[in-house]
Formats: sequence, structure tokens, C-alpha cells
Amino acid sequence: MRSNRWQVDFMRQRNKFFIGSGLITFVGVVMLALFGLHFGVDFRAGTNLDIELGKKTTISEVRTVLEQAGYGKLEPRLGNNSDRVTVRFTETLTVQQVQKIEQAFVAKYGKQVSKEENTVDPQLALEQLQKAIIAVAVACVGIIVYVSIRFEWRFALAGIVALFHDAFIVISLFSIFRLEVNLPFIIAVLTIIGYSINDTIVIFDRIRENMRFAKIKSPDDLADLINKSIWQTLGRSINTVLTVLVVAVALFLLGSESIRLFSLAMLIGLVAGAYSSIAIASSLWYVMKKPSIQANKDVPA
Amino acid sequence: MVSKVTNKVNRPRLVLWIAIVVITLGVIGATSLPIAQKVKLGLDLKGGFEVLYVAEPLEPGQQVTPEALLETARNLQQRIDKQGTSEPEITPEGDNRIRAKIAGVQNESELRELLKKPSELSFRNSEGKKELLGSDFVPGGATIEFDQTGRPYIGITIKNKEKFKEVTTRLLNQPLAIYLDEEMLSAPIIQAVIPDGKASIEGDYQLDEVKNLVNTINLGALPLKLTEKYSQSVGATLGQKSLETTLWAGIIGSVIVLVFMIWYYRLPGVIAAISLITYTWLLMLAFQLMGVTLTLPGIAAFVLGIGMAVDANIITYERIKDELRSGKTLLSALRAGSKNSFATIMDANITTIIAAAVILFIGSSSVRGFGVILIASIVCSILTNVFYSRWLLSMFVRTNVLLQPKYFGVKGEEIRAL
Repeated sequence: MRSNRWQVDFMRQRNKFFIGSGLITFVGVVMLALFGLHFGVDFRAGTNLDIELGKKTTISEVRTVLEQAGYGKLEPRLGNNSDRVTVRFTETLTVQQVQKIEQAFVAKYGKQVSKEENTVDPQLALEQLQKAIIAVAVACVGIIVYVSIRFEWRFALAGIVALFHDAFIVISLFSIFRLEVNLPFIIAVLTIIGYSINDTIVIFDRIRENMRFAKIKSPDDLADLINKSIWQTLGRSINTVLTVLVVAVALFLLGSESIRLFSLAMLIGLVAGAYSSIAIASSLWYVMKKPSIQANKDVPA
Repeated sequence: MVSKVTNKVNRPRLVLWIAIVVITLGVIGATSLPIAQKVKLGLDLKGGFEVLYVAEPLEPGQQVTPEALLETARNLQQRIDKQGTSEPEITPEGDNRIRAKIAGVQNESELRELLKKPSELSFRNSEGKKELLGSDFVPGGATIEFDQTGRPYIGITIKNKEKFKEVTTRLLNQPLAIYLDEEMLSAPIIQAVIPDGKASIEGDYQLDEVKNLVNTINLGALPLKLTEKYSQSVGATLGQKSLETTLWAGIIGSVIVLVFMIWYYRLPGVIAAISLITYTWLLMLAFQLMGVTLTLPGIAAFVLGIGMAVDANIITYERIKDELRSGKTLLSALRAGSKNSFATIMDANITTIIAAAVILFIGSSSVRGFGVILIASIVCSILTNVFYSRWLLSMFVRTNVLLQPKYFGVKGEEIRAL
């Protein structure tokens, strides 16, 4: 009885999901090719200043202060409560220069002004970027190896594609909306990778368990079994993503502004991870496994 | 269905269960605040600055050695210590880098200028004129020696033998004071003319003093130029605000998760809530014992970890519900559910550990902290959300209180005949 509205026929509807994800990926690739990522100082050198003013203000006031300090051509950004300013300098500032700017803000807004400064030199920025890319690559390889050992290669392949899909969605969205990419972003991507494969494994585990006692005589049998496995684990998949999501949303809305982008990346990655585990990974495996089932079908019973 | 097992409430076990829960929560309640206060906070929460220097030799033709790097780092630490600020952490990194972390300072730019200056070693005569400079000494040429009576003294090697011979001849029987920057460390008297550039400095020295002087001379012989490559400086107020808002976000998020678990899973949910609280406490204790420095991303990891830790409970409880729906009795559903979900939980945790291990090995210092926290979270989660919570649940079920499936979130009509 397909009365339960959650029991979507994931296998036979798979093309809808493939097309959907394919579209997003395509847009993402185009965006990255055209605009690249908006790198923060961790990867593209320079100085970043976050200044807590303790009072509400406007962009034009902030610009005036910066102009008087000798930095007129910049685009400062105002935080959510209008009491925090972020300024990004493409050159690396010295301690004295930073101090001068801080004094200018103290003069205008009072002694409670507090700042966070991040300065990265070009050589180090490049190094950090390289290390970050290597880290992500190594993590993926480690996971492919582990999943191949625990399951079979088709599972590993399906899992990795789902994983890239999730990481890619986060990267594309950050590119489309020109959100700043720094070291915490890479940490978020690595965590999302871990979580996404986590999620996918739970479903694969159930598929493998169900296959032990089932007789698969046709691709249809296989599709039904996979659907059943997904429905059986749906409760867990949804609840787990909900609980982590609640915490991630709390961090995003209520937490410090310094980690807001990190929380956002986690949010997007978690949702993408749940979606890809349920709608993409298993369908991919089905597509890969179908030929071997059909081959058996031709053998007389 | 006739049940062979008596359904009388097992009072002693119930009492034991309640006692365990009360003790657990009691210990957590009593020790949480002291533990939390002892956890080391990173600069982005406490305020302070961190600088990564690249070291190059001041004199052309010299090369950065590990000893020179270590000595320079030690010297920098001494400079900051003298200013009276608390806990500077200055360590060599890689072949030619030094990382300095200094918390809670008022005069940051002064200190940063102070750190950048190379040390100057000089040997001065009684009028204060500099007779020898650091560049006159062979790098690494100062050594600790012992004479026949076991007293320590300093052996030095000068590059220019003629020059040293001239100085020792001219200043025979006069003191030649050893200065580092403007501080006089010792003033030994020249007792003989040295023709070959190799001399010994003797006196009433303790071993510590000799060690210090040897290190200082070697430092002066290979002064390093430090250039800032990376810096992060956080004002104390901003750091404090970051800490407070993020902690609040974490607490609110966690409370919502606990409420959800209890509402959705009923009785097991209550147990999950207890084990989650225990998990948080255990993780904090682990931080304090490991001496981990908690940075802002670290707190985010901590908070997210709570959301993920509950996953082990969810996997188990969904499985138990499945077994209940298939008609098994409560106790056998519990056992079957726990057994079947264990492999899944371990698989899921191992993949996260792989990601965390990568972060640990490849990341830079602040990123590494995140990796440590992630791995610690998984270990603590296995201890509390797998073993401890299963033990509690199993014990409670065997007290025979609240036996109906509805207390486990399974509706009567969902149960099929076995």
C-alpha cells in the first residue's frame, strides 16, 4: 500500500532527481568559471578588519571615518545589527597602520570599540590554499578506500559522486552569492564530506542487509528493494538531519558573526547531504548494478 | 498473547537505575562549572594576537639552523616574559618559521615591534665600547665544558684569531662584559692572551648560567631577521562577545534537540537526553585534560558535535522501533535493535574520523584544533551515546516499568504478528 506520502518511488523517479541535480551542478560550473570564488584574506592575502563599534551606525559614517584615516576607496560592510564593520584591504597592513585606523574609530565611537584583525601575506595565502585543496582530495581518497573495503566498488563510486555533489553545491552557492571563502569554509567542506558519506552509508548498509535475504530476479525487484531500504531508513535520515540542522541554524542566527559564514556553509551542506544520500546515491548505484541483474535474467531458472 | 515473564516491577533494579541517573546528573551538575573555567580559550575568544614569522639570517651566507630557530624562539619568549604579560607561547615551526601567540595584552603594537628586532650580542670593555659583536663568533661555536673539578665553564670560538688576540692582549686582566642588547649578563676577566680564537670563560658559574650564556652567544652569532607572514589580533571585548553569543546559540540549539528527542522517541528519548548531557560533560572534561585550546571554530565543532552525536541514538531507536513493529517482545526488540545498528553506527563514525584525521594532519594550527575536537567528540559519543545509553535503556526495560510499545514511539496498530 503506497498510502504513505513519504514513500516516493525514488528508483523510478530517479531521472527527475538526476536532472535537478544536474542543473544545479551546471549552473555552479558556469558561475565558478565566470566569477570564481570570492576568496578572503586566508587565501588571497591582505588584511581583514572586523570592528565591533558598540553603537549603531551607517555605511556613510563608516566611510567618512575611513576616508579621514586615509583609506577612502574601500567598501566597508556593515554587520547584521549595524554595530559591526568589516573592511577588507588588499594590501597587508602594518601594526601601526591598523592601530591608526582603530584610533580613528575609537575617536568617533568611543573606547568600547574592539577589533579583530587578520593579516595574511601572499606566499602564505597560496600555501594555505594548496594545503586546503590537498586536504579535501586526501579525505575523499580515504573515504573511497574505506567504503570500497566495507562495501563494493559500485557503492564507493555512488557515494563519492553524491559527496562531490554536496561539496559542489556549497561551493557553487558561495560563488553565486559572492560569499567570502576562508579557512573555516574548508573546514566546513571537510565536515560536510564526512557527514554526507555518513548518511549515505546508513542507507547502503540497509540495502546490503536486505539483499542478503532477498531473491533479486529482475531490475524491478532490485528497484523495489532499494526503495524499501530508503523508506525504512527515512525516519533516521530525516531526524538526524533535523537535529544537526537545528543546531546549525541556532549557530547561524544567534552565534557570533565571525562564524556566520561557516554556519551557513554547514547548513547548506547538511541539507544537500541528506538530499543526495536519499535521492541520488542509491539511484546511482541502481543504475550501475542493473546491467549485472539483467545479465542474470537471461540465464534459464 | 501470554507472556511467560512476570511483569511485576523490579523494584531493586528501578532504585538502582534512578540512583545511577541521579548520581550522573549530580556529578555533572557539580563539576561542570569548574571544568569549563579551566578550559584554555583561544585568542579569538580571549583577546590577544598571534603572529607567524618567517626567519632569515641577518648576515648573508648564513643558514637557518634548527638550533638557531629554537634559540630565537626562546629569546623572544624571554623578552615578552620580561614585560609581565601572561602566558606567551612562542614555538618554532617547520624549517624557518616561528609562531608567537600572546594573550591578553594592552600594548600590542609595542610588543610586535619588540619581537621583530633581532638580538644583538656584544662583548664590551669597561668603558662600554663594543669590542666584539655577534658576527665575530662562529655560529654554534659556543659550548658547555667542564674542568677537572667538575665546574662548568663556557667554550667559545672566534672567527678572526688575529682580532681576538689583539683584544685579549690589550685588555689583559680587565673585564670584558657580555651584553645581550642592553642587558649585561656577565663580566668575566681576561686572564690570558688567546692566539687561536678558541677561549674559555671561567668563573663561579652554575650550570644554568653557563647554559644560558652559551645559548645567548650562539643566538647572537646567528641573529635572525623575522618577517611577519600572518597575523591575527582580536580585541578582548570582541572575543568575549563571540564567546557568549556562540555559547548561547549552542545551548538553545541543544535544548531544542533534547526536547525533540523526548517528544519523538518518548522513553528512549529521555535516556538519549541523559546520555547527551553526559556526552557534553565528558567532552569538556576531555578538553581540559588534553589541554586543548578552544577557538571559535572549535566551539562550533563542539556544538555541531552534539547534533551529530544524537545520531547514534536515533539509529538505534529507529531500529528498535522496527523490531517492535515486527512483533518482537520489548526485551528482544531491544537486543536485536542494538545489535543490528551497531555496525552502521561504527561505519558512520569511522568515515567522520577519516575526515577529521585529514584535518588534523594537513591543517594549520587553528584548523588542527577543529580536527582534535572532532575526533574527541566521536570517541566520547561512542562511550556515552552507544555504550552508556544502551546500558541505561536495557536496565530500565528490565525494571518492567512502562512496558507498552507506545512508550517507545510505536503505535499499537503498527505491530504485525510475529
